[in-house]
Amino acid sequence: MRISVQEAAFDAGAELNAFQAGKVDMGAVVSFSGIVRDLPEAPLRHMLIEHYPGMTERALTKIAEEAMSRWNLGDVLVIHRFGQMAPGDQIMMVATASPHRKDAFAAADFLMDYLKSRAPFWKKEVTADGADWVASKQEDEDALKQWEQD
Amino acid sequence: MKLDVMYFAWVRERIGIPRETIETEATTVAELVKELSAREERYEVAFSDLDALRVAVDQDLTDFDAAISNAREVAFFPPMTGG
Repeated sequence: MRISVQEAAFDAGAELNAFQAGKVDMGAVVSFSGIVRDLPEAPLRHMLIEHYPGMTERALTKIAEEAMSRWNLGDVLVIHRFGQMAPGDQIMMVATASPHRKDAFAAADFLMDYLKSRAPFWKKEVTADGADWVASKQEDEDALKQWEQD
Repeated sequence: MKLDVMYFAWVRERIGIPRETIETEATTVAELVKELSAREERYEVAFSDLDALRVAVDQDLTDFDAAISNAREVAFFPPMTGG
């Protein structure tokens, strides 16, 4: 399991290759990449991501450990950047490795749902009109319900 | 007791500082919020709608009725928007 919270840009392809290298007992690797999206209504100058150093790593580790305990996974990778990013820049990625694809897909989906609403990151969009914090969405909160267990 | 209080995103902007160390006798997050709100208008404004806020005690997400008697660090912030 590797969790990285970093300001520096990263190469998602290289990270994915490194992640799956040598995992001969894993038949499935699923990855997700989050990219800074330009805004249709007002061109985005840049995006700023703030985080809570210490708690961020702690929250991401907890989420990844939960995924490892729920599904048959060989490994989990989470990389999330903070600081200033331009449209098209890679913000984050997750990857999961499992003997079978269903576990790899489900775990990646779970990681993304929890990472969006439970890891302490906040996005701010800066356009020609000014800067605005991105509001959280009810649908993101609702997405967590499907993972609740008794 | 001494307590580190941290603010993130628009809460930080509204209050005007990222963190401060305060002396408090508050035993729950709600009591701390009441104490801070009574200090100055900028705090009162930031804490005016608790539904729009989240809180972490010692880096764990929790509720406003959580105990802070043994806490070292309390953080206030809006709902998270990672990913």
